[in-house]
Amino acid sequence: MRDVYVLGIGMTRFGELWASSFRDLFVEAALEAIGDAETDRLDSMYIGCMSGGLFVGQEHIGALMADYLGRAPIPATRVESACASGGAAVRLAYLEVASGASEIVLASGVEKMTDGADVTAALATAADQEYEVYHGVTFPGLYALMARAHMFKYGTTREQLAQVAVKNHYHGTMNPNAQYPFEITVEQVLASSMVADPLRLLDCSPVTDGAAAVILASEEIAKKAQAHPLVRIAASAQASGALALHDRDDITYLDTVAKASQLAYQQARITPEKVDVTEVHDCFTIAELCVMEALDYTEPGKAANLVEAGETRIGGRMPINTSGGLKAKGHPVGASGVAQIAEITAQLRGEAGDRQVAEARIGLAQNMGGTGASCTVHILEGLA
Amino acid sequence: MKSPQYTREIPQRYRLEAQKCKQCGKIHFPPRLICDACQSRDFEDVHLAGKGRVLTWTVIHVAPAKFDLEAPYVIAIVEMEEGVRLTCQVVDCNPEELALNAPVEMVFRRIQEDGQADIIQYGHKAVLQRE
Ligand SMILES: [Zn+2]
Repeated sequence: MRDVYVLGIGMTRFGELWASSFRDLFVEAALEAIGDAETDRLDSMYIGCMSGGLFVGQEHIGALMADYLGRAPIPATRVESACASGGAAVRLAYLEVASGASEIVLASGVEKMTDGADVTAALATAADQEYEVYHGVTFPGLYALMARAHMFKYGTTREQLAQVAVKNHYHGTMNPNAQYPFEITVEQVLASSMVADPLRLLDCSPVTDGAAAVILASEEIAKKAQAHPLVRIAASAQASGALALHDRDDITYLDTVAKASQLAYQQARITPEKVDVTEVHDCFTIAELCVMEALDYTEPGKAANLVEAGETRIGGRMPINTSGGLKAKGHPVGASGVAQIAEITAQLRGEAGDRQVAEARIGLAQNMGGTGASCTVHILEGLA
Repeated sequence: MKSPQYTREIPQRYRLEAQKCKQCGKIHFPPRLICDACQSRDFEDVHLAGKGRVLTWTVIHVAPAKFDLEAPYVIAIVEMEEGVRLTCQVVDCNPEELALNAPVEMVFRRIQEDGQADIIQYGHKAVLQRE
């Protein structure tokens, strides 16, 4: 396996983008990434998309997007791993370049969620249809089961959950692409409407349209490029686990996140303390805490203390979700894992604007599907 | 849920039929073709007795369309006496009555309807065991 570099990044604004179609979202992000990479060459492409079928009635997404990007006949494959579809697309593009099969590959993610589909039902397909969803559980409901179990086991409080959303909204104010670039308070979170007790509306990531794309390339090509400081993919790892939350040994512990991150730390030859900037899959506030614990950023049950102490804010010891995270930036499900790579790359290039983390050299992106049954972890290294 | 899929699962939905791995003893609900713990394919049938305890719960306020008229309702993860866990509704109670490890008993109830075919679909919900 050879080294792989991030040559270009692009994303649409995230939000309710009624004027943009599913295919236009993808093309806009892909063109921005191609422009950013200053390359005309593309050998193949992967498109992460959770449910074009349920959201807009469209499958066969690979060829559609290659056609509308004006890149047919290159191979184009749609990748699905629920909300980890984007991370999985990045990983496949990485493997294709690392193996030597291709020199330049586009990895993207796209979701068009606000065209009127039954979003709750579509998202619920990421859980076990026959033994979870059949009984009336929703996605917020599954994370609420996790949250209450975490409260019982570790004494995590309602206010501590709210602080995750408050921090991510603060970061979102500095991201021009964020869906909700405004601050919120703990009081507002606690007063927002109940979705699935104990989780309220402002604990939940929103319904979002958007797309993101990154261009991955071999060392030979990356070293000729002059446009940006080099960013190398130091690790790409993935793990699978039980789809049904009730089948996990510990409902509060995301074992796929632990497994994928351990593999990634080994591959990158680093320990978690070396990571300067992190994007995690905060689909709900409780998710960010559980992910921090599974990433071994702290002991199980202790993540909320780090959030409370401001350690995960920009300027803190371990900034998390500088983009605003899924909560404030928005969560077009198939695109989120790719947007994370774009954010980490911008941070490691020193191009993250107002939200730049000083001297960021190593970044980690964690993306997961369902209640964590699929997880990808990427570690990137800036060579500036 | 479409009726072929529903009909296939009647042994689990109506009778809580599970299986026990003959090699390692792990009980699976629903049954599987291969044991995820030891890779054995040798099982014996067992019925869950229907008694368990609440490990965690939520009250669903924003429900899927099919369950909209029932909201708010309680969903829990229940650990059965046999050690397996399942997700189900907890009914005939106030959410305030729920507690960690509260003992429950599974009861046979109507779960949902298939919208187009109007087929009423059944299964198990939990009720609190009050001493
Ligand atoms: Zn076994």
